This record gives sequence, C-alpha cells and structure tokens, in this order.
Amino acid sequence: MVEADRRTADEPKVRTETSGPSILRRSRNMYSLTKRTLFILLAFSLIGALPILSQQKTSSQTRLRLATTTSTEQSGLLSVLLPAFEKKTGLIVDVVAVGTGAALKLGEKGDADVLLVHARAQEDSFMASGFGDERKDVFYNDFVVLGPKSDPANIAASANGPDAFTRIAASKTPFVSRGDNSGTHVKEKEIWKATKTVPSGTWYKEAGQGMSQTIMMAEQMGGYVLTDRATWLAMKQKSSLLILRQGDAAFFNPYGVISVSAARYPQMNKTGAKALVDWMAGPEARAIVAAYKIGGEPCFYVY
Amino acid sequence: MREAFRLLLSGDGETWGIVARSVRFSFLSTVFALLPGVPLGIALALGRFPGKRIIVSVVNAMTAVPTVVIGLVVYTAISRSGPMGNLGWLFAPTGVVLGQTCLALPVVTALSYTGLAKLDPRFHETLTTLGAKGPLRLLATIREARPVLIAAAVTAFGRVTGEVGVSMMLGGNIRHLTRTMTTAIALDAAKGDFERALSLGVVLLLIALAVNLILHLLTDPGV
Repeated sequence: MVEADRRTADEPKVRTETSGPSILRRSRNMYSLTKRTLFILLAFSLIGALPILSQQKTSSQTRLRLATTTSTEQSGLLSVLLPAFEKKTGLIVDVVAVGTGAALKLGEKGDADVLLVHARAQEDSFMASGFGDERKDVFYNDFVVLGPKSDPANIAASANGPDAFTRIAASKTPFVSRGDNSGTHVKEKEIWKATKTVPSGTWYKEAGQGMSQTIMMAEQMGGYVLTDRATWLAMKQKSSLLILRQGDAAFFNPYGVISVSAARYPQMNKTGAKALVDWMAGPEARAIVAAYKIGGEPCFYVY
Repeated sequence: MREAFRLLLSGDGETWGIVARSVRFSFLSTVFALLPGVPLGIALALGRFPGKRIIVSVVNAMTAVPTVVIGLVVYTAISRSGPMGNLGWLFAPTGVVLGQTCLALPVVTALSYTGLAKLDPRFHETLTTLGAKGPLRLLATIREARPVLIAAAVTAFGRVTGEVGVSMMLGGNIRHLTRTMTTAIALDAAKGDFERALSLGVVLLLIALAVNLILHLLTDPGV
C-alpha cells in the first residue's frame, strides 16, 4: 500500500522533470492562441451587439408597437399607411401582425402600444376593463363567404348568412374555420350561433392559422371559408375560389384603433400611441385608406 | 433557384437586410451560448459531484425541447407584465437573441460534454500534474478539444439559424427589425407567395453552407 502510494506520487514528478518544460511551453502557447481566438470572437459579438443595445436605449421614445390583425398587414394597407405617419412624426412603427384575439391579449399584457383590431364586442370589454386609454373607429369593410365554383352546398341561392352556413353544414362540405379567436373567427361563431347549429364533424376544420393560409386550405379542400374582403382581394389572383355570399348587414366589419393604457406599464410609449390613434382617425389617414385599392377594388371604406 | 439568385444579385436591400439580420442574431446567440456552455460541458465531463448523471440527462433532454416552448417561457419572462418586462426586450432583437441563446445553450453543453468525456484521460492527468488551474486549465482543455467544440458551435449555429418558433414568438416578425429568413419564409408562405418563400429557403441553405465553411476554415485550417 505504502509503496504503491509512493510510486504514484513519484511518477508525475519524474514526468515533469523529463518532459515538463516543453509541455509547459506548449501549454503557454496554447493559452495565448486560444485567448486570441476567444478575444476575436468576443470582439465580433460586441460589434454585432452594439447596434442592438443602442437601439434598445432609444426604443421607448422613437419606436411604437402596433399589434394588428393579419388582414390589415396582408392586404398591404399598412405598408402604405404607416410610412406617411412615420415621415410626419419621425416615429418608427413596429407591426406585429396577429389575430384580433391575440392583439387584444398583447395589449392587456402591455406588449403593444396601439391596437388595430376588428371585433367590436371584445374591443368594448377591453375598454371597459380599463386596458385601453382611447378607442376610435377608423375604417370598415365586410365579410364574404368564399367557396368553390361548383358550390356543392348551393349557398349562392341562400337567403342570408346563417342560411348559407346551415346549407354548408347540411351538405357536409368542408368549411375551414380560422379557429384562432381572431376577429373573423369571432364573426364566424356569431353566424353559427344564429343558425342554432353547432358546427362539428370532419367537414368542419379549425385551421388555427392566419386568413391567407385559411383561404388556401379551403381552396385545397374544395371547401367554404369566411373572410374579410381585404385579405380576399389580396389573395384573389392566386385563388380559384369565388365569393358566393356577401352583402348581409351582419357581415359588417368595422375596425377600431385603441391606445393601450399606459397606467399599468409606465415604459410604454404613451405620447406616440396617442399620436398614432389621432392620426389614424384623422383626415390624412382616411384619404390614404379610401384611395387604397387592389386590382381597382377598394379594400376598406372610411366613415 | 434562378429567382433566389436574382433576389440576391439584384442587391435588393430588404432581402440582404433579412439575411444579414439572421446571420447576426444566430452568430450572437451562438457566441453567448458558447461562453457558459463550454465551461459547463467541461465541468460536467471532468467534475465528479453528486447528481451529475441527472444534470447530464436534463441537458440532453433540453436539446429536444421544441423551439416554441422555449419561446413561450422566455416570452412570459420578458413580457412587460413579466419579471423582466422593464427591459423592453420582447419584439426586439435582444429578445430573439436571448431566446436563441437559450435554444443553443443545451446543444453546446451536451455536445462539448460528450466530446470532452471522450478525450484521452491522460490529458487531464497531465494538466493536473503540471498544476494547471482555473482559466489556464480551461483554455488548455478548450484548445485540446477544439474539433469537438467547433462541431458544437456549428451545430448550435445550425439550430438557431433554422428555427422559426423563437424568432416568430419573441421577435414578432417585425419588418426591418426582427424579420429573419425563417420568419420571412413563414410570412411569404402564409401570403401564398411560395416562389419568394422558396427562393429565401435556397438562400438560407447557401448561407448555412457558407458560414459553416468559413467557420471551419477560420478555426481549423487543417480539416
């Protein structure tokens, strides 16, 4: 035992004496080489991180976050509307395009400064709960029901929206729902409620996706879908679906702009939010919205 | 394919901006993951402490966590209503980099652990004998395990460049700010613009290839 211990204790000493210096030199060399590599890596990341960090510093004053529905972004309206506001005020508007339900949630959590949404009942309860400072009507369009040219449920002959939905349910033709609590989904549920039937079965597909994807899915399945007119106009060129039901009073689709209450979250851009809400409801924005057309057809109407 | 090259060669500022942003985010998060990840992997490989096996299993399991779950956890932390809300990182580049770092960290740790555990044990004995301690020892180990660590970095870079869950959730796909290649592809596909989405996909592939080659050449000319 003792002998063995001594041997293992001695061994390293011997090794150090014979080959120590060169290994040590090599290890110092390794040290400086690796240090250099690490230094270069760190320097690069600092250079890369600087713009991000400096951007962060000024963000609350110069940037404004707008949470909105997919329809306003995918129709291309925001990319003509917001630059005019940015040019006038010098603020930069960051657009987060989600459904109305998700946008309202972002507002509740203080993760957006302004909301542009379309589900009046939800907007009102959002305001009533004190999550918003101000709400203004901005523009409107309408919902339409799309379907394949063959129209297997014969909704072209329907008397109104609920009747069209009843016919779709009866024929068990695929119907693709947004299924994401968006403004369009809320409207769809309203119409189903009016039919007094609960949509269920394999023909009823809840997509959980944005409007454009949902339209594409309906096309692939040869089914029906409820959409806002703006997204449809933006998609029309690429789709073989047709508008088969439109013009109901219940298909009215008003958009509202809301400044999120800054009382809860002090780091929000309160002045910027107020400026955007006022501007959106003002004459300049209304002129741009009224003039915005896809394929010669207006997407949104102003009051 | 031709559309992809046309997009890049035409010098379309937005496309290049998206490409540059993707590379910057991925590079930063890979570096930020390497900094704690490699020492952690080394500690796991060389250290002997209770619960080590459990930690290794947890780290390995973490490499398989879906990106959206990491996105969700980080989201709740950096939301203005969350504990780190006052930083304002959500829907900003810092949020994406933070999320991607969380994504890359287990990959880096697990891979450097596996690689280092396979190193010749005599190497560590020699270091001990030479009295190498602290940072010197760490750097010497890093130097010895260089090929393994490069592989770890490349894999981590690959995972963050190709992911869409974290970028979409924490970045919000904001134009000119947090729109990266993957979220741009998702958006184009959502709009039914498959051609543009596909060309961006080809660009993503080319970028991944180029970055991997450059990284290999820079750090290990012999390979």
